[in-house]
Formats: sequence, structure tokens, C-alpha cells
Amino acid sequence: MELLVASAIGMLTAVGVYLVLRRRTLPVTIGLSFLSYAVNLFLFSMGRLAIDQPPIISPERMLYTDPLPQALVLTAIVISFGMTALIVVVALRGYLATGSDDAAIRATDAVRDFGGGPGRPVT
Amino acid sequence: MSHLIVLPVILPAFTAVLMLLAFRNDRDRQRRVALVSTLALAATAVWLLVRAADGPQAYLVGNWPAPFGIVLVLDRLSALMLVLTAGVGLAALLYSITGWDGRGRHFHVLFQFQLLGTNGAFLTGDVFNLFVFFEVMLIASYGLVLHGGGAWRLKAGFQYVAINLVASTLFLFAVGLIYGVTGTLNMADLAVKVGQLGVGDHALLRTGALLLFTVFAVKCALVPLHWWLPATYSAAPAPAVALFAILSKVGAYSIIRVHTLVFSEDVAGVSSTLTTLLFPAAAITLVVGAIGVLASRSMLGLASYSIIGSMGTLLIGVAGLDPRQLSAALYYLVHSTLIGAALFLLVDVIAASRGRIADRIARGRISHARVLGGLYLITAVAAVGLPPLSGFVGKIAILDSFRGGSVTVVAWSIILATSLLLLVGYARAGSTLFWMPAPSQIGRADARTFPATSVAVIAGLLLSTAVLSVFGGSVLALTAATVDEILTPASYIQAVGPALTQPGP
Repeated sequence: MELLVASAIGMLTAVGVYLVLRRRTLPVTIGLSFLSYAVNLFLFSMGRLAIDQPPIISPERMLYTDPLPQALVLTAIVISFGMTALIVVVALRGYLATGSDDAAIRATDAVRDFGGGPGRPVT
Repeated sequence: MSHLIVLPVILPAFTAVLMLLAFRNDRDRQRRVALVSTLALAATAVWLLVRAADGPQAYLVGNWPAPFGIVLVLDRLSALMLVLTAGVGLAALLYSITGWDGRGRHFHVLFQFQLLGTNGAFLTGDVFNLFVFFEVMLIASYGLVLHGGGAWRLKAGFQYVAINLVASTLFLFAVGLIYGVTGTLNMADLAVKVGQLGVGDHALLRTGALLLFTVFAVKCALVPLHWWLPATYSAAPAPAVALFAILSKVGAYSIIRVHTLVFSEDVAGVSSTLTTLLFPAAAITLVVGAIGVLASRSMLGLASYSIIGSMGTLLIGVAGLDPRQLSAALYYLVHSTLIGAALFLLVDVIAASRGRIADRIARGRISHARVLGGLYLITAVAAVGLPPLSGFVGKIAILDSFRGGSVTVVAWSIILATSLLLLVGYARAGSTLFWMPAPSQIGRADARTFPATSVAVIAGLLLSTAVLSVFGGSVLALTAATVDEILTPASYIQAVGPALTQPGP
């Protein structure tokens, strides 16, 4: 089982890194999701791999699984879920504003407003 | 145990939620509440700095004993950073009231959340909570980068979010590795446990620790992880960037905190590897920053690269864990945060008074040239490190602290040579902006009124660097006391939990 879990984490990370290095926004977003899956599994396995054990010390069962990594994973999942939603929105808005899903900033994008006052609306 | 320690975290949280729920569309009231809240935050921070002189104090959230519950720790270093955050926050807030806050929704709410995350990162005594507060800070900063909209901000924002999500993933890998070998994430507990580890676990601990420092290096924009900074800082709205001046310092703070507290005793070779890597990386960061300033074709680029350069100077002092170098670096940290904020605000005002050519370093007409030119001169003097302002005191202190060390020649020649490059870069930009006659009618914003509030805020920040210079001796005494405290982690560990120092069963 160690081999299975370890190679699954490695595979997910490799796919994530490959996709994050793409130039278009959608592959990058999906790559970031893969990376967060990989790290969640990794955090989970850091409490040692124990099957069918309760995450609590009880008099009936001597063995237990470490509950803290599960709490960490829960926090990490919530944060990465929110972040994925955010980056999808940013990528979509960027696509709608420029008509391309290229992640690079082009010179024509760099039109903007300075100084105080209400400023003019930017589209 | 003083309950005031938790106030810098809950005050912005309540203010933000109040603004969101009670008057989300009433900007006048939002401004007033944000101002009152930030002033209260500044007062609390100053009070905490006074209280921190008594030594480290822990606040056990929910009163759970140390390694099990959430713990906030106040010591001189965190109190100093809190005061700095509140000060820069106040300046950025006042500047935003000139109109920036009206260009999108929820500026003040995001601003308070950003303060919450930053203060939390400075106060927390736990590596996982450091991650959580980093995320709070970053989520708010994503919103602030995108504030005002436009294609540029969306594209730069996407890159910024993506790089930080990768960094967060690395942070979690590091946290997992460290928890896997030590079984704890409380920093004081880690400091004790790390020394008790068997040699077999050292390789994993080392990997985890160095991954952690990589994440902090991304936050500090250390070369080769610096390229997100110019793109993001150029695109984000000026008051947000002024607040971000403290954001890169969070990375430097985390390096100092984790290095001095957890890994100061060179367990598993973490400290020596870090010292060996950090010094050249910081030196290259400084050189890249200086060359960037010299090569910039826009004022925003110049300001961004000078932030990178100042992070390099700061981290050169942090690398060696030498008391005198660290003390000088902390002084420089305070200086570079204030001047970084002032610089970005000034660039915004200058760009607004030049019409269509905005922030490009090119000939053009400019409104209010005398006032803005004067402010630019003072800012440049402080940023380059010429006397009499605090940049000079900071650089002299750093140079002096390297005297008699093993890397004196390298450190001195890099700091002095890059100062010359910075001086040439700033002089070139300033003379092009203010002295070159405009060839035609290019530039000059049409009939702008004098931006009195903005100028007052920038003048206030510059005045604070002058004060920092006049009271240089006292501030350096304060940073020296801070460094003494962080280099003796025993008092910190004792404050968090007296039970931690005893070896476990």
C-alpha cells in the first residue's frame, strides 16, 4: 500500500507541475487542482498509513490513527477549494476582457488609471 | 495573560464583517469605520510594543495548554512588525480615501482582511496557523490586486494567484514533512523536539525545513523567485501596493522567526545550509534589483525593482544569524517598508499628473512639478541610502555590522556598488521626469486640482523615515534588544509552555 500511495502522490504532483508550466490559463488551473490533490493525500499519509482505525484513543481498541493530519487536510481542502473557485473566475474574467486565455501579459493590456478621484471606468 | 494580544487579529475581522453586513454600499461610513478601526489597531500595536519589553508573552486561544491549542505569541519582534503594519496600513487607508476605494467594490473590507492576515502571521506561534494566516492575507491581497478591474490587473492577478497557490502547495508539503517527523507544529514545541530527533529522521526534516524556507523566499521575492513581484506590483492599485510593502516583509519575518527559533542550533544541517544559500541569493537579489532600477522604462518598474533590491539588502543582514547584522537588518526592514509604501504612492501621484504618458520614464509635461519633484528627491535620497534620511543609517548599520567578518569584502562591495547603481537609476528617472523639456504637448493631465491629501500622506511617510533617522540610536537599541531576545529562544519556549522544555515520556 505504501508503494501505491507514494506513486499516486508522485503521479499527481508530476501531472500538476506539467500543467502548471503551460502557458494557457485553463491547464494552469487544472494543474493547480492536481497539485492540491497531491498535497492533500501527502498530508493524510503523514499521519502514517493505518486502515480501519478510529481517530481517537479508546479503551476497546489499542490502535488508532492520528487525527491531526485529517484536521489539517480538512483545512487545506477548504482553502484550495476556495482558491480554485477564485482562480477560475479570474481566468474567465481575463478571457472575457482580452479575448484570449494566454497567461502572459501583453503590452496592449497595460492600459490603466492612476491617481485619486473616481477615475474613469476600465473595462 | 493579556487579552490585548488577540486584538490585532479580531479587531480587523470584526470591522470587516461589520462593514460587509451593515453598510456594504455606504462608502462614507465604511471609510469612517475603517479609519477608526485602523487607528485603534495602531494604538493597540504601540501599547503591545511597550508591553513586549517585559519579554515574550503567550496567549492561549481557548485556554488549551501549549502544544495542543492555538497559541499567539507576542515578543519584541512581532510587536515591532505589528506597529509597522498599522503605520503603513494607516497611510495606505488615508491614500485610498482620495478615490481609489471607489473604483471597485469592497475595498475596505478586503483591506481589513489583509490587515487581519498580516497581523495573524506576525503573532502566531504555530506553523500551520502561519499557513492559514498567509492564506487569509493572500486571499485578501488577490481581491486588492484585482480592485478596479481592467485586462492588465486580471492577467497580472492570474499570475499572482497561480504563483501563490504553487507556493501554498509547497508550504503544505513542508508542513506535512515536518509534522511527519516531529509530530508537532507548534513552533516552541518544534524547537524542543527538533533537537531530540534521531539521525534517521534528519533527511526528511531537512527537506521539510528547506521547502518551508523556499516558500518564504517566494514571499520575499528572493532571486530566482522574484519575477512575480514587478508584474503584480505594477498592476495593483497604489494603496494596495503600499500595504503590500509589508507583505514581502512577512516572508522575511517568517525566515527570521523560524530560523532563530526552530533551527538555530544547526540540527540536520538546516541552519548551515540556509546560511550558505541565503547570503549569495540575497546578494544576487540586490544586484538584480539595482540593475532593474537602472533598466526600468517605467516608474512602476523602477519602484518594483527597488523593492526587490531592498529585500536583497535586508536578507544579506538576515543570512548570517549574527546579532549585529540582524539588528541592522531589522532597522533596514522598518525603513524599507515605509519608503517602499511612499515610493509607490508617489509614483501613482506622478503618473496621474502626467496625463497620457503616465508612468513612462520619458519626456513629458507634468503638473505640480515643484512639489512632486521635491517629494521625489526626498524619496530617492531615502531609498538610495544617502544622508540624512533613514536609508543611510540603515545601510551604514548593515555595513558596520559586517566589519571584521568573513564576508566583509563581498558584502561591502555589493552593497556599495548597488547603491551607486540605484543612485544613477533614480537620478536618470528624476531628471527625465522633471528637468527634460517636453518636446510637445505630450502629457499633463487636464486641469487637475492639486492632490493635497495624497501629497500629505506621502509627506507623512517621508517624515516618518526622517524621524527614524533622527532617533536612529534609540531604534537601533530597540532592534538590538529584539535580536537579543530572538537569539535566546529559551524565553520564548518558556512563555509558550513551561511543560515543553522537559523531554517527553
